[in-house]
Amino acid sequence: MSKKARIKEGKVSRRSFVKLLSAVTAGAIAVPDKSEAFNLDAFLQKHFHELTDEEMQQTLDRLTREYNEKYDREDFSVVADGPQQGVKFAYALNLSKCIGCRKCVHACVEENNQHRGTEERKDQIEYIRVLEMEKGSLDLEKSVHDYDHEVPAEGKYYMPVQCHHCNKAPCVKACPVEATWQEPDGIVVVDYNWCIGCRYCAAACPYWARKFNWVEPRLPSEEINPDTHFLGNRPRYNGVMEKCTFCINRVRKGLNPACHDICPTGSRKFGNLLDADSVIRRIIDTKRIYILKEEVGTDPSFYYFFD
Amino acid sequence: MGFVVKSVRGMFSGGKRYYLWLGFLSVLIGMGVFAYYRQTVHGLGVTGMTDQVSWGVYIANFTFLVGVAAAAVMMVIPGYLYHNKEVKGGVLLGEMVAIGAIVMCLLFVVADLGRPDRMLHMIPPFGKFNFPLSMLAWDVLVLNGYLLLNLHVPGYLLYKRYKGEEPVQWIYLPFVYISIVWAISIHTVTAFLYTGLAGRPFWNAAILAPRFIASAFCAGPAFIILVLEIVKGWTRFPMGNRVISFLRMVVLIAGLINVFLLISEVFTEFYAASVHVASARYLFFGLHGYNSLVPWMWTSITMNVLGLLALASRKFENRGVVVRNIPLAFLIVAIWIEKGMGLVFPGFIPTPLGEIVEYLPSANEVMVSLGIWGVGLFIMTVLIKHAVDIETGEVVPKKQ
Repeated sequence: MSKKARIKEGKVSRRSFVKLLSAVTAGAIAVPDKSEAFNLDAFLQKHFHELTDEEMQQTLDRLTREYNEKYDREDFSVVADGPQQGVKFAYALNLSKCIGCRKCVHACVEENNQHRGTEERKDQIEYIRVLEMEKGSLDLEKSVHDYDHEVPAEGKYYMPVQCHHCNKAPCVKACPVEATWQEPDGIVVVDYNWCIGCRYCAAACPYWARKFNWVEPRLPSEEINPDTHFLGNRPRYNGVMEKCTFCINRVRKGLNPACHDICPTGSRKFGNLLDADSVIRRIIDTKRIYILKEEVGTDPSFYYFFD
Repeated sequence: MGFVVKSVRGMFSGGKRYYLWLGFLSVLIGMGVFAYYRQTVHGLGVTGMTDQVSWGVYIANFTFLVGVAAAAVMMVIPGYLYHNKEVKGGVLLGEMVAIGAIVMCLLFVVADLGRPDRMLHMIPPFGKFNFPLSMLAWDVLVLNGYLLLNLHVPGYLLYKRYKGEEPVQWIYLPFVYISIVWAISIHTVTAFLYTGLAGRPFWNAAILAPRFIASAFCAGPAFIILVLEIVKGWTRFPMGNRVISFLRMVVLIAGLINVFLLISEVFTEFYAASVHVASARYLFFGLHGYNSLVPWMWTSITMNVLGLLALASRKFENRGVVVRNIPLAFLIVAIWIEKGMGLVFPGFIPTPLGEIVEYLPSANEVMVSLGIWGVGLFIMTVLIKHAVDIETGEVVPKKQ
């Protein structure tokens, strides 16, 4: 949420207790019913790993039906394509080339059906945060997040940050209900029907990659990407965590992530770490690699490099 | 059966002031329920929390109250183990406070959940419990275990007292020993919840766990003293002054250790002044013009020092009931600020990517919190009333 929006909402700091009481009472009387109707099938839905093949198919069918109905469409597809043998995904980003245009940020939102934000909260969920860094420093605390000028700016360089799909992921360790885990192909995913919304994973993440649905996500029907994956870009629920999945719906079909394809500078490289001829292996072998917060020991699948 | 019926009847009968107090708490609870209903309808967006500061006053109060709950053990040790008769009456009350505090802890955690409807996901065999990997899973276990221990021991003792029988040692004494270790564990595990996060340098410090224990054994017994003073002043509960002087000593020593640990922490952060000092700088002095926690933190430090000086001087000890308890109230407020706002919020500020977004609780969030405090104090009140009734012999079985 932007700072302005929070001020507008009126926090308690300078309010008298009486004012606070009356405000709350007034607010409570005018509660519109925004809650989802109780859904027994969803309530009883098992953890992703517990579903048999048959139950999985039934769940996918039900979700497809529910999404079509909820978003007034007919073309939803929810799949659960599994990982391929011998594939371990990794990402590399060229810090010498990135110009900070944020095209990746927006392509990601469109591909992954994120909450588009509400008028008063301005809280669109974005998996990628582009940091405007000062040349000569890698100190994240000197970075600017809300720059709003022509890019690239003099004396600056740009560093997009998203989920690093850590092999020793602190978020996976933190989750009390195993609602988030790393798939065999390296993608760290969330079961949106299992997450209890405690946000311990968000506290644990050193890359600020986990985003929470604080409100019922707003997703206009006409902006929806109907080709969805159970562990990826299917529409989310209020009160659950979500994150970058390397566009699991695309990469498991052999495509590249949306942020990769939109990038006008070619800064973004994606591939299979286990394939000796892949672009990602060539970069690791030939370029200077920088691992963000390597000292935290998360062993990420995301590398920065320089030309 | 007679025990239960009489107990419940006793819990809800009392003087005018008693009803007034229960009525006041019920109003708080009612407003809390209303506010929580709003939260369940709209989602956690009705709080002041954001992706930047993703835990707020719920988790802050939770952290503080775990300490209050753990502190009951300070009375259990001398009371049960050394058969110090005078402390024993206080022990019961301390455990009642612990029960209320744990219930509040559990409620604060539930209030913080985005999907409380999926709570079963934590409970095997319906759910998947990420144990032993997740510290939060540990915390759920130890808190519920502590609640059961604290229900069992005083429940049994009171029942025997009501029957006019001597309690059988093996039925409760082993659990007393367990609860002593367990009390330390609930607070240690809660500290580990924070210290285990390598990505948050402000929390990722070994000193956090000992500091948690020290501050808990300062604020917790201080809170229990206030309860004892009220019980002593308003009922015929048999209790000498030795319990309270013992506890005041505990508060003072734990408080001094806490301040020492704080100084060690502050020195390390600011003398080394690595990039990790940002959160501490934000907390004590403000960062890049953001400083909403600064007045709170200095209030906390001032109250902490004044409270400890007053206790150490022993000048207040023999004064009137209000004056002698002011230093304790100071320490409770100081540590509530320090453990809540001072510990939880700055861990998120700045974010791991260096962004600074401040946090203020929303009105709705404050109402839910007050409601939970209402529930906890309500439970403490009726349980203590019950213990007092039995100890003063106002609830006894009918003659055969």
